[in-house]
Amino acid sequence: MWRIFFCILGRDIRLAMRRRTDVLTTLFFFVIVVSLFPLGVGTEKQILRILGPGVVWVAALLASMLALERLFAADYEDGTLEQMLMTPQPLSVVVLAKITAHWVLTGLPLVAIAPLMGMQYHLPEASLITMMLSLLVGTPVLSLIGAIGAALTLGLRGGGILLALLILPLYIPVLVYGAGAVTVSALDFADTQPYFSLLGAFLLLALIFSPLAAAAALRISTE
Amino acid sequence: MLEVADLECRRGDRLLFSGLSFSLEPGTLLHVRGRNGSGKTTLLRTLCGLLAPDAGEMSWNGKDTRRLGEDFHRDTLYFGHLNGIKSDLTGIENLRVSATLDGDLVEDSVIWNALDRMGLAGFEDLPTKVLSQGQKKRVALARLLLSNAPLWILDEPFTALDVDAVDQLQTLIAQHVAHDGLVILTTHQEVPLTSGQIRRLHLGDERGHGAET
Repeated sequence: MWRIFFCILGRDIRLAMRRRTDVLTTLFFFVIVVSLFPLGVGTEKQILRILGPGVVWVAALLASMLALERLFAADYEDGTLEQMLMTPQPLSVVVLAKITAHWVLTGLPLVAIAPLMGMQYHLPEASLITMMLSLLVGTPVLSLIGAIGAALTLGLRGGGILLALLILPLYIPVLVYGAGAVTVSALDFADTQPYFSLLGAFLLLALIFSPLAAAAALRISTE
Repeated sequence: MLEVADLECRRGDRLLFSGLSFSLEPGTLLHVRGRNGSGKTTLLRTLCGLLAPDAGEMSWNGKDTRRLGEDFHRDTLYFGHLNGIKSDLTGIENLRVSATLDGDLVEDSVIWNALDRMGLAGFEDLPTKVLSQGQKKRVALARLLLSNAPLWILDEPFTALDVDAVDQLQTLIAQHVAHDGLVILTTHQEVPLTSGQIRRLHLGDERGHGAET
């Protein structure tokens, strides 16, 4: 079972490395969206500090959604998805491998670059670290939940917009607690632990259920 | 042994076939024919479990194929219209993934050998996007050499292949049937068999019925 997991994970990462533009698009989108706000709002330190956590998190949501549409669509078009549906191993393992690859390629770069983005908002050091950690726990949830939507909208015309409408409401809890953790961390007596406990709980729940749900959705939408 | 009883399939409102029944012993080739749009691909995809039939039973060695699920997939190799290869990956990488997905543990030397036998020596480690249509198809068909599945379901496997490759594939199919394998395929060509029996199924002759000849 692990063999097929690492086989698919390796395949997707190798494919992305041969076609780097897709990965870089997501990253640049994130950087540009986050950088636009200080230009539009002005350089008032107080305002930027309040805006920062929310803006970075919203940009992360949108960036992680950019590549979601292609998560299964590329395999659907060239027929490799049929092979995945016909594999004797559990389909949810294959789906989990694809989700993991999506996160490594879109979520992880965001986590790495987030502190730099946070500096544009004059966030204190503690907040920058919290921002990285909250994105580290939160972005996998985005990939996991997003995969269900990507599987459901597979092969539909205008699937991209529908995907956004389906998935963005489900992202709200992650956004609230992710951005909340960063906001709280700037306070004098910061206690971010409850936020991380909740984010961790979301992650565990999504890790268990979303590969199963996405696998079932794939079977339905390829009929 | 594959048994199909009273199978009925629709696409949208259109009835493709109904009351389709046949049973295939090991060592049989079933040649499905019919006009374009008569439901050949739908039949094959239904047999694989990629589509749900509107009515009817399908069983593999006496057990319902849909209930067998993953165990049935282990015994089946489906080769569809789309080649199922990634254009950014090389032939070797593609087959390594395909073999893993098919549940076969295959060493790299076996994959090199399979590509060699498909007449792709020297093209193994090129991205498949630089290959011609026929060569891509050959890469995809090399899966047949790696697989241990007794049931092959092949949808138009001969398209885009040149004369040599058609010969090669016919030999492969004949060998598989001779080794007590089962092959179901759609094609407009004849497949000469050295042993085993060949059966023909004609779809869309009468309205909504499949006739075995």
